[in-house]
Amino acid sequence: MSTPQPPMPQQTAAAPDWQAAPGASYTSPIPVTRTHLGHALHSEWTKIKSVRSTMWTLGTFLLLVIGIGFLVAVQTTDEDFGDVPFTVPAFIGLLLGQLCLLTLGVLVVSSEYGTGMIRTTFTASPQRHRVLAAKLIIFFAVAFTVSAFAIGLVGLFTSSLHSSDASEVPWTGTVFMGALYVSLLGMLSLAVGSMLRHSAGAITTMLGVVLLPSILPAFLMMSDTLRTIGEKMQEYAAISSLARVFRLDSESGNGGAQLGLLAGVTAAAIVAAFVLLERRDV
Amino acid sequence: MIEAVGLTKRYGAKTAVYNLSFQVRPGAVTGFLGPNGSGKSTTMRMILGLDNPTSGQVTIGGFPYRRLPNAPRQVGALLDAKAVHGGRSARNHLLSLAQLSGIPARRVDEVLGVVGLQDVAKKRSKGFSLGMGQRLGIAAALLGDPQVLLFDEPVNGLDPEGILWVRNLMKSLAAEGRTVFVSSHLMSEMALTADHLIVIGRGQLLADQSIKDFISHNSADFARVRTPDTEPQQREKLTAALTEAGGQVLPEQDGALRVTGLPLPRISDLAHSADVRLWELSPHQASLEEAYMRMTQGAVDYRSTVDQKAGLQQQLPPGAVPPPQQLPVAGQGQPGWYAPLPPQQGGQPFAMPQAGPYGAPGAPGAGAPGPYGAPAAPGTADVNPYAQAPASTPAPAPEAAPESAPTPAPAADLTKPEDAR
Repeated sequence: MSTPQPPMPQQTAAAPDWQAAPGASYTSPIPVTRTHLGHALHSEWTKIKSVRSTMWTLGTFLLLVIGIGFLVAVQTTDEDFGDVPFTVPAFIGLLLGQLCLLTLGVLVVSSEYGTGMIRTTFTASPQRHRVLAAKLIIFFAVAFTVSAFAIGLVGLFTSSLHSSDASEVPWTGTVFMGALYVSLLGMLSLAVGSMLRHSAGAITTMLGVVLLPSILPAFLMMSDTLRTIGEKMQEYAAISSLARVFRLDSESGNGGAQLGLLAGVTAAAIVAAFVLLERRDV
Repeated sequence: MIEAVGLTKRYGAKTAVYNLSFQVRPGAVTGFLGPNGSGKSTTMRMILGLDNPTSGQVTIGGFPYRRLPNAPRQVGALLDAKAVHGGRSARNHLLSLAQLSGIPARRVDEVLGVVGLQDVAKKRSKGFSLGMGQRLGIAAALLGDPQVLLFDEPVNGLDPEGILWVRNLMKSLAAEGRTVFVSSHLMSEMALTADHLIVIGRGQLLADQSIKDFISHNSADFARVRTPDTEPQQREKLTAALTEAGGQVLPEQDGALRVTGLPLPRISDLAHSADVRLWELSPHQASLEEAYMRMTQGAVDYRSTVDQKAGLQQQLPPGAVPPPQQLPVAGQGQPGWYAPLPPQQGGQPFAMPQAGPYGAPGAPGAGAPGPYGAPAAPGTADVNPYAQAPASTPAPAPEAAPESAPTPAPAADLTKPEDAR
């Protein structure tokens, strides 16, 4: 050991007394501090920024949202923004980009299970709930910041291309709502990843959650009895929810209900993830 | 101080650990031994709070692991060298663990130096060899300067220099008054490192005693006696004299005699009075490996058998004589291979728990009249273990060893380096 050892424990060690009092054993000269959530946040921040998958998923996300957003924005004219906000070009990129955040959300936790790192992590912090809480907080902060930046940038770019009175809808609110929606989706993925502990399984599940409500209604609508279910499903599907957030259809609200539902589902998944985390073996 | 009380872990119908109680004390290296699948890793995981025991409990310094206020500062563990995210650099891996328990970043560089990884600290651990992975795992265990250390197979994949380093590290950590709990399958390494042993088989405690007691309880110390090769009659004369005096004599392959039950001076006196010259009279202490094998042979779940290579051979035409098969290598597929317990021990100092959840019906060593349970005259009865094994052992004795197998093959066992320690 490279830390200086106090002479006391070494003397007692010379004559190992099997029934020795706890004081006879080694005690570190450095005081032991009580750990808290701040330590876990620090650790998770180091973890998330030190793997390439973060850079790849977020890089792809930015490329998709900003790239497609700019391409769409330059093709638009002032008339296109009559009743939609300037951030609409970001919507198309976000449809694809949300899959990147979803993947990152899953990977943040399931990559630890896949590599066995989770055993090291939970040995270093047996307070498992703290680790998951830190992961959720750090992921949400990263995802929200990056997506808000991307949507905001597209909004700024679009508004700079067009006259300020081209759009009557204020677009700053859509930046936050859109970012919140995809970040919540990522949080849901993280919770699902924590429950399933398997990257491919969790990503597939999340793809189903995002895509199925947009596909299934086509079949549900064929039956009269299931029609209402199909309509509701379509209304709250991820794609149409995002469309509402970006006010693509001004009559169907601002997406608040959709955001509320997603928040509710995410909260439920997080609670389930916490319960399972404490109960299961690693 | 690690203390397990009645620790039991079931996975569905399989019981991995059953009613395990032991203490691991500070100031010594405690070895944790057992065959594959005997529950070592499960026990380690339960100590670290990763698996919840089905019943019983295990505490470290009086606390269950998950109640420790800052676990890495009190307990350091190496469970699996590959339990790292391969995409993260060694330094970042350790840094994230350090931050989790409020350990300053300079301590990370310090432990990287201790394990000798400072040159590859910025490299992604995906490219690490098994030995480098072990070093990284040991660095993680040392990070918090803990008073309790657990290592699961720490020397796997290490180079000889690394093995020596780990050995000295364990000893120095224990000498500082820390509790060091190490599992390993390398018996020679364990014999050099450990002071105390906890042996489990099929999830149950087989032994909890100092390494010296373990060896002397589970194997016979013997004297090797060699008479002049040129005069075989002298050898017979001495054998007769020693047997008459109450010793057990086993011939070895190279012509020497293995004598148990008589002290060395007595052997010398007997030889002198029988007018037999001796070329060698040397004391031999059995190795930890032999003692361990003897104890655990009834508790081995995964046993290799002789490869008959039948699946590779062409179908013989009817009436053809099959080619003569080779005798198996010593110890392979031979349940009763290891020599019987010394008679003075009364047969079974560590009988396998018979009422265990497994039953293990008729496993060698389970019942008193096992294959070698009544070694009334081991000198004669155990010369040919092949002849005995099929009679009372349920495990299939290889067909390659006919009843009339010549003695050379079993005798090969007796020449194994008993004094390897």
